Amino acid sequence: MIDELLRPFDYEFFRNGLAVATLAGALCGLVGVYVVLKGMSYIGHGLSHAIFGGFAASALLGVNFVLGAGAWGVASALMINGVTRRRAIGSDAAIGVITTASFALGLALVALFGTTGRSFDAALFGSILGVSAGDVALVAAVAAATGLLIFLRYRSLLFTTFDPEVADATGVDTARIDALLMVALAASILATMQVLGVTLIAATLVIPPTVARMLTNSFARMLALSTAIGASCGFVGMNLSYHLDVQSGPTIVLVGASLFALVFALTGARGRRRAGGVTARIGALRAGG
Amino acid sequence: MSDGVDGELVRLGGVSCRYGAEAVLLDVDLSLAERQFVGVVGPSGSGKTTLLKAIMGTIDPCTGSVQRRPGLRMAYVPQVETVNWSFPITVAECVLMARPARRVPWASRAERAEVARVLERLGLDGLGARHIRELSGGQQQRVFIARALLRGPELLLMDEPTSGVDVRLRHEILHLLDDLNAAGLAIVLTTHDLNGIAAHLPRLVCLNRRVIGAGRPHDVLTPAVLEQTYGATMEVLEHAGMPVIVDGFQHHQHHQHHGGAHRMSGMGSAS
Repeated sequence: MIDELLRPFDYEFFRNGLAVATLAGALCGLVGVYVVLKGMSYIGHGLSHAIFGGFAASALLGVNFVLGAGAWGVASALMINGVTRRRAIGSDAAIGVITTASFALGLALVALFGTTGRSFDAALFGSILGVSAGDVALVAAVAAATGLLIFLRYRSLLFTTFDPEVADATGVDTARIDALLMVALAASILATMQVLGVTLIAATLVIPPTVARMLTNSFARMLALSTAIGASCGFVGMNLSYHLDVQSGPTIVLVGASLFALVFALTGARGRRRAGGVTARIGALRAGG
Repeated sequence: MSDGVDGELVRLGGVSCRYGAEAVLLDVDLSLAERQFVGVVGPSGSGKTTLLKAIMGTIDPCTGSVQRRPGLRMAYVPQVETVNWSFPITVAECVLMARPARRVPWASRAERAEVARVLERLGLDGLGARHIRELSGGQQQRVFIARALLRGPELLLMDEPTSGVDVRLRHEILHLLDDLNAAGLAIVLTTHDLNGIAAHLPRLVCLNRRVIGAGRPHDVLTPAVLEQTYGATMEVLEHAGMPVIVDGFQHHQHHQHHGGAHRMSGMGSAS
């Protein structure tokens, strides 16, 4: 039994995949706290789709995936941030247009020119196959940079997330903080899409913070818990993915969803009340497709 | 503010603000001085919150100028109705977020001592680990005042600090603000509550996009100014030396039912 459980560790691709899944889970759990509390779940969902357009275009043009999809993702993120802050038109509608158009462009490019290089199935649904040491380094670098950003800008990020108007009045550069957060979100999606898949990344951004919210009333503890829950879901989900022979993205998300159901049942009314605002956002995300 | 009056903190000269094509403030002149306690009254949509934002500098006037004393420290207390009460945050975390950013997420020993001191001053000692939703209405309002005070402001701006609170709580908040003002803090608050709050303040500004009147309550709480401000007839009676505003419609009905003049007492908001 133990031998069977440890068998996949003999393979380098699995070790790489496991490292990426665990780091990706922690990264999405960390960034997801801000995504959920700022009511940006739909943006996270849309941005992951938008980045797929850049992924397809960079693959077809032979441009480095990280540079091509990264530039595309950051541009989409800043565009969404600009639209959301300006509120000239309904931000949800604008985000829907920007992100779905980008996703559709990616699909059209694949249909017209076929696929080369990286697996588009993996980009869409996640896969542990083909995760290289370079992918591990990329996720580790993004996780370290995002962690550092949150460490150094903890108070400004918290103030901007909780009370942007007063933060602005108090001298916090909320526009810059929002832009930094969007860039961190875009980088996180870009780095984790290989393992999680763009169609499922949003769930890994939303489930760990929601579970953490049901367990604590403190922002600092929620950050720590969400990161740990995300990492655990990535680790367990990746192992299950191997043993059940199911793609990694769905397995990681299902582990998270099971944990959510368990904590939801165990914490009772108190947990549900704590997560009230957060679970409402999951509903909105589901409704948004 | 080189040519300002001694002790002047902020001066608005001919300030107009618009949201799109809609004018929210028109040609507002206003001067705020040290240790003043000013109430801004007016109907919904009269520009009260916009005036606070113009004073703070979070919106830029389309015409006119806002001059602030160099280095002026201001703090803002939002309406409690706008607070996200499901946000995971304890009282101590909420108060601390207003401190200038540090290189590390945690509070220094000096900051923790300062938070404890402010919480104790506002009667919130021992509640630092509580979630903000687990407090009473008065305690919740005081948490946001504590957050503002932690910045060591010279001017405190408050948006509807007593909206939706009962009489006891209103008194509690008013007494607290009175104490803070007596200790040297200048305060500007907006309110709908003419009898419960405005009539008790030393200085009022009646606003309906323009400044309709400014001065002591006895000088500005007059039927003419109130009608111009609210666009409705109001009567002003006197009780215990203080103006009491009565909705003109209610007063008319009362006269019809009971006949004759009477003295009003204990009336609620006339807004």
